[in-house]
Amino acid sequence: MSARSNILNKLRSGLAGSIPRPDDFDERLVTEPWQYAPEDRIMRLRNLMEAVHTEIHQVSSDNWPEKVAAILAKRDLGNLLHAPATDHGQQLAEYLQQSDSSVQLLAYDRPVEEWKEELFWEVDASITGTVGAIAATGSLVLWPDRHEPRLMSLLPPLHIALLRASEIEDNLYAMMQRQNWSAGLPTNLLLVSGPSKTADIEQVLAYGAHGPKELVVLILEDA
Amino acid sequence: MSQRIPVTELTGGFRDRAEIALADGQLRTNFRTAMDSLMKKRADAFPDEEEREGLRELGNRTKARALSRLPDLLEQLEAKLTDNGVKVHWAETTEQANEIVHGIIRARQGSRVVKGKSMVSEEMEMNDYLAERGVECLESDMGEYIVQLDGEKPSHIIMPAIHKNRRQVSKLFHDKLGVEETDDVNELIQIGRRTLRRKFMEADVGVSGVNFAIAETGTLLLVENEGNGRMSTTAPPVHIAVTGLEKVVENLRDVVPLLSLLTRSALGQPITTYVNMISGPRKADELDGPEEVHLVLLDNGRSGAFADAQMRQTLNCIRCGACMNHCPVYTRVGGHTYGEVYPGPIGKIVTPHMVGLHQVPDHPSASSLCGACGDVCPVKIPIPELLQRLRQENVKSPAEGAKVKDGGAKYSRKERLVWRFWRTLNSSPVLYRLFLWGATRFRKLTPKNVGPWTENHTAPVPAKRSLHDLAREHLARNGGQ
Repeated sequence: MSARSNILNKLRSGLAGSIPRPDDFDERLVTEPWQYAPEDRIMRLRNLMEAVHTEIHQVSSDNWPEKVAAILAKRDLGNLLHAPATDHGQQLAEYLQQSDSSVQLLAYDRPVEEWKEELFWEVDASITGTVGAIAATGSLVLWPDRHEPRLMSLLPPLHIALLRASEIEDNLYAMMQRQNWSAGLPTNLLLVSGPSKTADIEQVLAYGAHGPKELVVLILEDA
Repeated sequence: MSQRIPVTELTGGFRDRAEIALADGQLRTNFRTAMDSLMKKRADAFPDEEEREGLRELGNRTKARALSRLPDLLEQLEAKLTDNGVKVHWAETTEQANEIVHGIIRARQGSRVVKGKSMVSEEMEMNDYLAERGVECLESDMGEYIVQLDGEKPSHIIMPAIHKNRRQVSKLFHDKLGVEETDDVNELIQIGRRTLRRKFMEADVGVSGVNFAIAETGTLLLVENEGNGRMSTTAPPVHIAVTGLEKVVENLRDVVPLLSLLTRSALGQPITTYVNMISGPRKADELDGPEEVHLVLLDNGRSGAFADAQMRQTLNCIRCGACMNHCPVYTRVGGHTYGEVYPGPIGKIVTPHMVGLHQVPDHPSASSLCGACGDVCPVKIPIPELLQRLRQENVKSPAEGAKVKDGGAKYSRKERLVWRFWRTLNSSPVLYRLFLWGATRFRKLTPKNVGPWTENHTAPVPAKRSLHDLAREHLARNGGQ
C-alpha cells in the first residue's frame, strides 16, 4: 500500500457516515465592511501603503516618465531594469533617451541563470506594471510574465510600480471576481503591500529585509 | 546576562523547564513585552466586534467544510497541481517526508538548500536530517536564521527569535559571522540580508511551507513580510513545498476570509507585505522561477486527530499564533519550555496526535483553562474544551482504551481509587457527615507533607468547625431560615 492510499483510506474511514458540509460562503462578510466610494479608494490605498513606508505619487498617464527620472536622480541611481516590450517600458525608454538621462536602462531579456550575479547584486532599481490594486488592504496586484519576470520586483533595492487609478478595486474578493482569477492563474501571482520588512528582532520594524528596501507607486490618472 | 534554556540538552519534562524559565528574568521580560504588543496589535486590527465575529464564524465554517471533504479535496488538489506541472508527494511520517525531500535534492545533485519559514519542516527536523546527509539547509527568515545560527529552536511559530533581544543577536552575529557588534536593529537586519542574499543566489533547492493549498486552482499560497519566501520559491532551480494535509481549502475565494483572519490575528496587519501564490513551475517562455516544483503532503498523526470528530477541530488551525500571544502560561514560560515544535495552547492540542500523549503528559494540564485561547482563535477552535478532553484521555485506564495516540500515560490506579473514595464520600450524606465530624475533630492529625502541593504551599489543615456548622449557628442567631 502506498502512503497516498493509506492516508486517503484513513481519512475516508474517519468520515464514514458523515456528509459534506454545504457551501454557505457568505460573500457579504468579506465585501460589505470593505467598500469605498470611488474617490475614497485612492485615499485608502495611499494611507495604508504610506503607513508601511511606501512612497506614492499621483501622476498623469502621459508625463509619469518624468517622475521616474526624478525619483532615480534624487537617489543618484545608475541603472534601471525595465521591460522594453511593454507599452510603459517603451514610453519610459523614449523619454529617457530624449532627456539625455545618464540612467542605464537594463532589460530582463534572458533567463535568470545567464546573469544571476549581476541581477542579484548590481541592479539598482526596477520598474514594473501592475494589474491593479486593492484598497481594503493597500495591496498591489502583480502578474509576472515573460516581460516582467518574478525576480524583477524582488531583487532590486528600489521597486517602482505603475498603477492605473481605474484599476483599484475595493477588496480582494472583488478583485478575484473582476479578473476571474479562478479561471486561470499565472505561474506566480503576487500581492505586494509595501517594501520588504521584518520585526524579528525585538519587534522593531526594519525595512529591506530580503526584498526591495523601497517601494514607489506611481498612480496614473487618465490625462 | 540571561540564562539560556538549553533546549536540546534538557532531559526533564515541562515542569523542569518551566521552573528554569520562570526564574529567567530576561526571558520573561522579552516575552511579556512581545506578547503585550502583539495582543494590542491584534485588538487594533479588529476594531469592529461584529465584523470580527462574523469573519471568525465564516473562517470556522470554511475550514470545517474543507475538512468535511478532505480526502476528495486532496485528490482534487493533486490533480490540479499535476495539471499545472507540480509534482505531488504523500508522506505518512516525517521520516518518509524527509526521504522524499532528500531524494529530490539528490536527483539534482544538490548540496545547498535555503528554506523559507516552515513549521512542518521543523516537525520533520529537516535541517538535521539533511545535514547528516551532507546537505546544508539554511533558514532564511530573519528570526529562524538567528535561531539556527545559535543552535536553537524557534520559541514562537510567528516570531521564532522573540526570546532574544538585540544585544544577544548582536553578540551572536559577532561570534558567528565576525562582524562588529551593533545595537542598531536596522544594521543587524542588513547583515542578515547580505549574508543570505548570496545563499539565495547559490542555492540548488528552495524549501518553503504553505499557508493555504487551493484545490480549485492548484495553487500554493504563502504569506510573509521579508521576501525570503519569495526568494526561496523563485530563485533556486527547484522548489519543494512541505505542508500538513489540513492546509487544503476548496475554492480560491475561501482564502479571502482566512487570509484576513490570519494576518490580523497573527501580527495585527491588514495583510502581509507579500502574498505569494504559486501555481506551477517556470513555463517554456518564462525567464525565471524554478524548473521543478514539488509539494510534499504530510500526515504525521493528522489523520489520527481527523478520525475523532471532536479532535478533528485541531485541524482548523491556520497557525496564526494568537492563542500563544494571549496565553498567560505561554507568556510566562516561553516557547522552549514546551519542548516540542508547536508551543502554547495550539501546541498542546496538536502535538499529542503527532508524538503521542506519553511524550507530552503534562501539556494538557499546563493551562489554567482561562479560555483566552479559544476566545481569540480566528477559526474558533474550542481549545479549552479540547484540553479537557485530552486530560480525560490522559488518565484513561488500559481497559477504557484512550482514543488519542498513547493516551492513558498518566493513568494511576492509586489516583483512580482516591477519586472513587472521594465520590462515594461526597455522594452519601451519612458518610459525608461522619467525615466532617472526624476531619474537624482530628484536624491536627493531617499530614504535613502532601506531595507537590507542600513544595510551594503550607499543608492544608481543616478548620475547627465546618462551614455548614457555622452557617447553621449564624442563621439560628439571626433568626433567619
